[in-house]
Amino acid sequence: MLCATGRLLAARAATTLSAPPKSRGSAFRCRRRELHFPEHPELLFCDSSAGWLTRPSVPPGRRAVLRRGRMPPAMGGGLAGPEPRPRRGRSASQAARAAGTEAAARSPKRPARGSWRFEAVGRWVPLALVTLLSFATRFHRLEEPRHICWDETHFGKMGSYYINRTFFFDVHPPLGKFCAFLGSWLVPFAYLTVLDLSRSLPAALLTAALLTFDTGCLTLSQYILLDPILMFFIMAAMLSMVKYNSCADRPFSAPWWFWLSLTGISLAGALGVKFVGLFIILQVGLNTIADLWHLFGDLSISLMTVGKHLTARILCLIVLPLALYTAIFAVHITVLNKSGPGDGFFSSAFQARLSGNNLHNASIPEHLAYGSVITVKNLKMAIGYLHSHPHLYPEGVGARQQQVTTYLHKDYNNLWIIKKHNTDSDPLDPSSPVEFVRHGDIIRLEHKQTSRNLHSHYHEAPLTRKHYQVTGYGINGTGDSNDFWRIEVVNRKFGNRIKVLRSRFRLIHLVTGCVLGSSGKVLPKWGWEQLEVTCTPYLKETLNSIWNVEDHINPKLPNISLEVLQPSFPEILLESHMVMIRGNNGLKPKDNEFTSKPWHWPINYQGLRFSGANDTDFRVYLLGNPVVWWLNLLSIAVYLLSGSIIAVAMQRGVQLPAEVEGLSQVLLRGGGQVLLGWMLHYFPFFLMGRVLYFHHYFPAMLFSSMLTGILWDTLLRLCAWRLAKGIHVVGILSLLLGTAYSFYLFHPLAYGMVGPLAQDPESPMAGLRWLESWDF
Amino acid sequence: MLEFLKCPVVVTAEVNLTVVALAAAGLLSRLWQLAHPRAVVSDPATRPDSTQNLDLRPVPPWGPGGLSVGWLAGHSWMEDPRERESVWSSDFDEVYYGQYISFYMKRVFFLDDSGPPFGHMLLALGGYMGGFDGNFMWNRIGAGTDAQALGPSSTALPGHMQGAGSEEEQPGLEPAPIWGAGTADRGLTHCTTVPAPPEYSPNVPVWSLRLLPALAGALSVPLAYQIVAELHFSHCAAMGAALLMLIENALITQSRLMLLESLLIFFNLLAVLSYLKFSNSQKHSPFSPAWWFWLTLTGVACSCAVGVKYMGVFTYLLVLAVAAVHAWQLIGDKALSHVCVFCHLLARAVALLVLPVVLYLLFFYVHLLLLYRSGPHDQIMSSAFQASLEGGLARITQGQPLEVAFGSQVTLRSVSGKPLPCWLHSHQNTYPMIYENGRGSSHQQQVTCYPFKDVNNWWIVKDPGRHQLVVSSPPRPVRHGDLVQLVHGMTTRFLNTHDVAAPLSPHAQEVSCYIDYNISMPSQNLWRLDIVNRNSDTEIWKTILSEVRFVHLNTSAVLKLSGAHLPDWGFRQLEVVGERVSRGESTVWNVEEHRYGRSQEQREREVELHSPTQVDISRNLSFMARFSELQWRMLTLRSDDSEHKYSSSPLDWVTLDTNIAYWLHPRTSAQIHLLGNVVVWTSAGLATLLYVLLFLWYLLRRRRNIRDLPEDVWLRWLLAGALCVGGWAVNYLPFFLTEKTLFLYHYLPALSFQLLLTPVVLQHVRDHLCR
Repeated sequence: MLCATGRLLAARAATTLSAPPKSRGSAFRCRRRELHFPEHPELLFCDSSAGWLTRPSVPPGRRAVLRRGRMPPAMGGGLAGPEPRPRRGRSASQAARAAGTEAAARSPKRPARGSWRFEAVGRWVPLALVTLLSFATRFHRLEEPRHICWDETHFGKMGSYYINRTFFFDVHPPLGKFCAFLGSWLVPFAYLTVLDLSRSLPAALLTAALLTFDTGCLTLSQYILLDPILMFFIMAAMLSMVKYNSCADRPFSAPWWFWLSLTGISLAGALGVKFVGLFIILQVGLNTIADLWHLFGDLSISLMTVGKHLTARILCLIVLPLALYTAIFAVHITVLNKSGPGDGFFSSAFQARLSGNNLHNASIPEHLAYGSVITVKNLKMAIGYLHSHPHLYPEGVGARQQQVTTYLHKDYNNLWIIKKHNTDSDPLDPSSPVEFVRHGDIIRLEHKQTSRNLHSHYHEAPLTRKHYQVTGYGINGTGDSNDFWRIEVVNRKFGNRIKVLRSRFRLIHLVTGCVLGSSGKVLPKWGWEQLEVTCTPYLKETLNSIWNVEDHINPKLPNISLEVLQPSFPEILLESHMVMIRGNNGLKPKDNEFTSKPWHWPINYQGLRFSGANDTDFRVYLLGNPVVWWLNLLSIAVYLLSGSIIAVAMQRGVQLPAEVEGLSQVLLRGGGQVLLGWMLHYFPFFLMGRVLYFHHYFPAMLFSSMLTGILWDTLLRLCAWRLAKGIHVVGILSLLLGTAYSFYLFHPLAYGMVGPLAQDPESPMAGLRWLESWDF
Repeated sequence: MLEFLKCPVVVTAEVNLTVVALAAAGLLSRLWQLAHPRAVVSDPATRPDSTQNLDLRPVPPWGPGGLSVGWLAGHSWMEDPRERESVWSSDFDEVYYGQYISFYMKRVFFLDDSGPPFGHMLLALGGYMGGFDGNFMWNRIGAGTDAQALGPSSTALPGHMQGAGSEEEQPGLEPAPIWGAGTADRGLTHCTTVPAPPEYSPNVPVWSLRLLPALAGALSVPLAYQIVAELHFSHCAAMGAALLMLIENALITQSRLMLLESLLIFFNLLAVLSYLKFSNSQKHSPFSPAWWFWLTLTGVACSCAVGVKYMGVFTYLLVLAVAAVHAWQLIGDKALSHVCVFCHLLARAVALLVLPVVLYLLFFYVHLLLLYRSGPHDQIMSSAFQASLEGGLARITQGQPLEVAFGSQVTLRSVSGKPLPCWLHSHQNTYPMIYENGRGSSHQQQVTCYPFKDVNNWWIVKDPGRHQLVVSSPPRPVRHGDLVQLVHGMTTRFLNTHDVAAPLSPHAQEVSCYIDYNISMPSQNLWRLDIVNRNSDTEIWKTILSEVRFVHLNTSAVLKLSGAHLPDWGFRQLEVVGERVSRGESTVWNVEEHRYGRSQEQREREVELHSPTQVDISRNLSFMARFSELQWRMLTLRSDDSEHKYSSSPLDWVTLDTNIAYWLHPRTSAQIHLLGNVVVWTSAGLATLLYVLLFLWYLLRRRRNIRDLPEDVWLRWLLAGALCVGGWAVNYLPFFLTEKTLFLYHYLPALSFQLLLTPVVLQHVRDHLCR
């Protein structure tokens, strides 16, 4: 973070050095911006003042590099216009243009290798610029707001769990909570990817500019969220995949191995952050299959070599990521070895390994016997323990008898005593022999606190109306025949004893033949918002109706240590994944919760409020830069159109000039790969049942920006080839300038704004509310 | 003249006797004793549930006046979503489709989210041909042999004419109250003693109702024969496929009942066959009449398949994909001129894209044309849609003044209809001083949203600047952006909101009718009218047509239906709140009933409010508007899924690990079960596996330039795989993603494709592997 601040200062200084605010226009704008930032007096006079203040702290060398590296002085002078803010963006674009035209001018036929590596400088300077600019925008005003924004509560909390080594449960795999500034690397990654795919500097610069100046990416990168990390790994995987594809002519060379294994590592990282990482795995997988298919069809390569290729891919793209992923999990599980709030989600055996949990290092009797005091846990995640309490079902909800529910927390009301159905003798009488409960026995479960029996009858359950009601019935353990349950262990023969924790059993009501289960529905207030317990007449085997014994107290039996029950690492891995997947699917939208639909996303229909809602708050609003996003949207349509025209023309056997042939190859191959990435990262969301948010689109947005870069560069080149050379330069330049200017307009969304809401015509943002649905 | 008589007139008919024989065998197997059993075939396990009727809704405080609120009575089972679930859950028995056939016969509008209307219409066509009058109590279990008439007369409009007691006369709309409210115990015992399935009354033409599905099932047999033959496999293989189709007992069972699967299978196979015929005639005679015929038939069959069930979409997409591949090859054919290629593509686009869409619209057009009377599902639809139906809302809204003026008396309906369609309502009761959780309220008069018509739903639109509550002459219309006050008709209190947390949604503001308690809480009762669907900024507020929002002047909160049910003190009505930043349908309201207020005195006004609104013209909605609304509601309507005794998962289907008991005779224990033939299913599964393995083997070897098969054999093998394995996959795999309750019969369309594969693979093995 220190280094980050340093760079931030450098960036700020750099922006201000090139043109101090002299003109009236800039002063006016500064005053207008006061509306946005009243909380930050040091920023009142634009960044310039801050920049001047911080100037002494900037190492002069860097500054000089920045200045010289950027642009010819004439250009800079010409551009030092009235507006201070867009200058940064614009100057970069100038540099880009300068470099781009230079490159273009020197290498009209791009694929020619000799002219391509004309100078190391030509390659590294734009990259350095792009990287610096990206860092500068991302670290600018990073420390604001000081309070917690949106999901930061979620992930910040988890970060502190790691520090305390408390076990928690999350719907995402664990990596992702370690660092925060990877977002800045997205831009150089995208730049390099496009450069490799299209062999064209302007395309790469255009992509870089789109991403740098997109307020959405910027906002997302500035907060403690998983998405920047996820996008980092996705882009790293994409970049290394592209790189290794371009090494295809030198298989098994050192760079080839390097990029291949780097792809694998990034894939493991992507999957380790979020399950959305699966999509990039899919993309790399498809690419690999196509690649292998190509090799397999090449008759000049022996089958042996093909086998080697296959093995290399299996090693680097399957074995390596899996090993890494497992390692991440192993770290996660060993680090988090204390009991915490997430315990209840996991099975009893799993809990036994968490220190602080009452099952940890516990020793309890192994087999269930009559007279044992037990807690009964449902096997399905997040249902909890069978529970009763001295409250009755309200009038009109079945019979007015004592409630039976499930409860996620440990409580004395979870304790039940197992009794024989026909005798009422006290089984704990030391004189009577120990009698074990066996599979198929008919038992009675007496609630320890209230001495009522678990009971069911032909009344409908409170919420699931096709099931029967389950109640507590009887006085001091004396009830009727509706209190009898047959205990059946899953997959066991009759007569076997029932093991604590390990045996999974069902309780079948003797009279009605229904199965005790929990529907998972939350009871209303009268049921203390615990979960409903029913007796289901449908004998389907679902986890809802399978239970196990967790706590077990019986003084007459010898205790055994639970160490033997501890699950092995593969079991832990499997269980935590099952729980995560279920948790992910269980994220259904609640009332009054903000959700969005996938079709909203590409059209930038609605943003996400990161912090602040009222006009006095410091507001950050996650919304893509509409110019960038709509350009991306347009590009996809134009790409599909032009791509199909070219494809049809080629299929019809139209003879294209060599120049056009090369360009259309770039368009179809490079563009196709990126388009595939976009589709893979976007369309699966239509099938997802869980809660979706706007930020889920950003990985796809990265791909569509890359597509835009490739498309417009290629199209403009085609036009330039057909019409006039200048079109390409002018076109790229105007696109760069346009995005930069739009960023200037919309930057308050990302950097925060204060003042009246945009609905208010008084607000300085009023003119920017281009869609009714934007509520910043 | 008469020259043509000189030469003989010769008609040459080519009759493939095999096809005829197969068709005959199919008809025999499907039609034999079709009318047996003469009882409603429905699963015994669901029957008690389908009659569950726990009336949890509060008894509506009907006004003492004469306005009959009875038109709602017929709708009451739509009110509670849980009741809907219980009635709609078992969508595989004849009860389910039977009630819709009755609706068709009665021309009563209904909404079924399970599929487009074409399948229902075909079933109803069977009933129409058999002279069915629609009078049968489909889901009144135990109604037994005595068929109850629909109403006093069959031409009477259901429900509306009669008073509140008319539920009894509704056929199949109202769950029978045989073990109604409160006596749950008695009802649940039905679970153990299965009631006798109701027998069809003599007026129900069982045979003709079941005829069309049976015919479709029978004709699938020759279709299977022809598909395999058109794939250029031997007649022996084709015969095998047809025989498999003929003897598969699951297919027989399903097609002998009044169900839709066999229709779907028929249209699926027809689409594939006609596409094959088309592509075979492409080679030798493009643009010939046969070519055109089969191309058109492909489109028609595809859209019929989609029209029967949404599942048909997948077969349609498969056919489209194959057609696209063929078209792509056509584009690459350099022997054809550009114009010729363009004509080919255009013909395909028209027949396979435009024609199905037009036909699909046509189904809905006919559907809406047939069902012109209002019915039990009205309330799900918008006011404008309801007004387009005969009876129902149209009767009430006819002749209402169009433009809302200051002094108008209106009822305001929430446009979203979620969770229930309801009207803005208020009554004398106040919010409790202190809520259960200790928060306080304003203790002013409650404002709720009430799902029943009631005199307390009437509001008067008042000009804040004037005192009168009547419409001046000429009426001054209310426009977008005008400030209004809303006065509750019966209590003359003003709709008000203020900075007090709402009872159930504390983040939002409470909405009340203002009572001046002489405390420091001034009334804030000015609302700005915001017409959402306006064309201009001076648009006039129109009855039914305008969708409006009410923006509070002081706090800029918007009047919103929160969707939560109030507790007992609010009579379980729905909560209405003011929310500041909020959009979406739940903030939008429209005027449903409307009249110009005439009486200034409160007493006279109460009488006026109780009197019915007057009658004149009807407002018509365009077909496209009605279609899009209906389609949208059908797709977005989600009935809660419930578990079922015979439900199964897709994995159970392949292994035939499940069945469905359709019918059980209570005394003789005669039964009908849906169960597959193990031999057929296993062989089909093995054939699929073998095909995939062989295909991969050939493919890899071809890639290394080892050609095991001649080119034409390979292409044939590919096409057979694409259609049969592809057809199986597209009809099967999507079920892994659906969240609905699934049953074995969902697998039958996939199976019908898989059956075709067995003889194909066998022949291939014999010809090319066992030489």
